[in-house]
Amino acid sequence: MAVDYKALKNGGFMRQAQKDNFSLRLKVVGGDLTADQLLTIAEISKKYGHGRVHLTSRQGVEIPFIKLEDIEDVKSELEAGGVNTGVCGPRVRTVTACQGAAVCPSGCIDTHTLATEISERYFGRELPHKFKFGVTGCMNNCLKAEENDLGVKGGYAVRWLKDACVLCGVCVKACRAGALGQTEGEITLDALKCDHCGRCAKSCPFDAWLGESGYMLSFGGSFGNRIAKGEQLLPLIRDKETLFRVADAALGFFDRHAAAGERLRTAIDREGWEIFKEEMEAAYHG
Amino acid sequence: MADLTIDKTLDITDAVCPMTFVQVKVALEEMDDGQTLSIRMNDGEPVQNIPRSLKVEGHKVLKLTDGGDGAYELVVRKAGG
Repeated sequence: MAVDYKALKNGGFMRQAQKDNFSLRLKVVGGDLTADQLLTIAEISKKYGHGRVHLTSRQGVEIPFIKLEDIEDVKSELEAGGVNTGVCGPRVRTVTACQGAAVCPSGCIDTHTLATEISERYFGRELPHKFKFGVTGCMNNCLKAEENDLGVKGGYAVRWLKDACVLCGVCVKACRAGALGQTEGEITLDALKCDHCGRCAKSCPFDAWLGESGYMLSFGGSFGNRIAKGEQLLPLIRDKETLFRVADAALGFFDRHAAAGERLRTAIDREGWEIFKEEMEAAYHG
Repeated sequence: MADLTIDKTLDITDAVCPMTFVQVKVALEEMDDGQTLSIRMNDGEPVQNIPRSLKVEGHKVLKLTDGGDGAYELVVRKAGG
């Protein structure tokens, strides 16, 4: 019987340079694995592969040198050990994330929870071509949000609390956007310059800045054959309901307008950024 | 706030990151909880980051004063006081 390489690839088995050998891609969300999952992976790698794993560029794990005849056994043993296989091909790929606010002091959002929610909603969804989500917790952008088809970056909507402020001036220095000023009796905020980095709230010794989490989305990034930075087209999004409404709309646009094998960026370039932006704004406003 | 007692002073204007914060940490370790440290630091990266790092470590920043000479004075109270 002929081997259906395409079906294998879709299920995460990547054909190697060596005949009948596959590099098995595993499902990882936000770069997070338990120690027990790692033990399962180590075991499978030693039993069926060459005792090595490859960490991919997008926080994935692959076990190379899996033999064609072992594929079914490997799949069931992985599953028994709490590890699922990944995907490849024209669909929503691994959702990546930095450690975010649950771990990192710079984080403005809980990236891991959001990446899991995005993955549960979209992972593996069939589309004209690959589609990548990435979630980064703050402006430091360790996860490089803008290289994804849809990037999410955490930020703060900030408000100055006059009564708590002693005018120490720390926030004015911490602001890198030049959005803050200080007068005799108050701190001034230029909302047009504020980039929602949250450094004022993070640095304030007196909790005189209220920082509320939000999401900045970038669209149409790609970092493969074609390199392009995702564009931020909307204001800071304040709730997940809106975020998912916009994400649904972006995937819908992609599904309707992209030809097979074409990334979101190329589809937007052809259809027009204004049209795309209008659709995103409509979704943003609900 | 004007009559703060300063228990120790530290000048880190000749240090660069990460030694700036290391020097601050070492100075605080040698002090008792509740004591105040006055740190002279350069404008730019130190004054942008050191107050925040001190907050993350649980210390209480009390005051930041522009010296007008390109340096700032930051007064911090060691955690626990």
